[in-house]
Amino acid sequence: MLGLAADRLRADMNRLLAFLFHQGILDEQFLQLQQLQDESSPNFVSEVVNIYFHESEKLLRSLRSLLMDREFSDYNKMGIHLNQFMGSSSSIGANRIRNVCVAFRAASEQNNRAGCLRALELLEHEYCFLKNKLHELFQIEQQRVLAAGVRYPMQNI
Amino acid sequence: MARDGGVTWRRTEKIDRFNLSATDTAEEVHVLAVDDSLVDRKVIERLLRISSCKVTAVDSGIRALQFLGLDEEKNSNGFNDLKVDLIITDYCMPGMTGYELLKKVKESSVFREIPVVIMSSENVLARIDRCLEEGAEDFIVKPVKLSDVKRIKDYTTREFRVGEEERTRKGTNKRKQRDSFDLSSSSPPSILSSSPVLSSSSSPESQSPSPSPPSIPSASSAPSSPSPIDSPTRRVKTTSSE
Repeated sequence: MLGLAADRLRADMNRLLAFLFHQGILDEQFLQLQQLQDESSPNFVSEVVNIYFHESEKLLRSLRSLLMDREFSDYNKMGIHLNQFMGSSSSIGANRIRNVCVAFRAASEQNNRAGCLRALELLEHEYCFLKNKLHELFQIEQQRVLAAGVRYPMQNI
Repeated sequence: MARDGGVTWRRTEKIDRFNLSATDTAEEVHVLAVDDSLVDRKVIERLLRISSCKVTAVDSGIRALQFLGLDEEKNSNGFNDLKVDLIITDYCMPGMTGYELLKKVKESSVFREIPVVIMSSENVLARIDRCLEEGAEDFIVKPVKLSDVKRIKDYTTREFRVGEEERTRKGTNKRKQRDSFDLSSSSPPSILSSSPVLSSSSSPESQSPSPSPPSIPSASSAPSSPSPIDSPTRRVKTTSSE
């Protein structure tokens, strides 16, 4: 019975991944990360993604505090944060987030504060969405591993 | 068979081909990875380890120089004790950029033989040119993939390095030679696949890139090793000058 649960969970995972790829939320770099996960590094993807979340939240806070400052003018500094965010997003395959960063950077290069604010809101939204979906993915994966690992006593004979 | 060092090396080299390790002592390739982004360091470390490389990852050019022992006035002991076989560095870093690190390495009599590969999330021709002219072995547009790592490992083989030395000694244009060498290798380097403009031997700095395919890639297909088909994705990020 639990074998079926593991299969069902795997199907759920694949469905979620297919959705994320189809929507362009993730790209093939995420698959590359999955390929780097094996018995010697069984939690590689979630480890990298968690570092990404941690760093991204810092960057988002910095970006927001820069823009909220009424006397804000340091577009250069904002550009640096954006480059970092863009880089790490592309490294984990967070395609849509990276694309929003590109648009955000364009607004920043034009010193377009309103455009930057809009881009930041979009970025925060995309980030939240991705974080939720990836948490969901990792949860399903955890359950699947547990379900696949359970054995009935009889099978051990 | 004579038992001199030359023959031993050849035998080792044959074994190495199967082991995928590529030094003349048949030890693991030791790569020094430099990137200020923790996410990228984690990924590059894993890519290298899974490719059977020993990795030392640092977060800045200064630390890289410290590790090599190059940060003091002159390299004190004059040896590559740590046996670094390859340096892979991000271009954009606070403090010392990857380009500045490249220059420092190439200026050092002890370390200039070590192949240096530059990584960047920006596909900028002027930047690529500058790095290659300063002696970079290759320029990888991020995100770095397993196929990129497999390719750059080849730069540490003794065969390649001997060839490099001869080409450098002859004083031939680095990029031209690189291109003709790379065409004969098994997998295309990132430069050729990312920017076809670069494959012509002498292009002016201000040359604009070939017309790029429409917009930013959204949904994507399954991953594959780099091929010309990959290039549209890379080419999209190209800007004509820095």
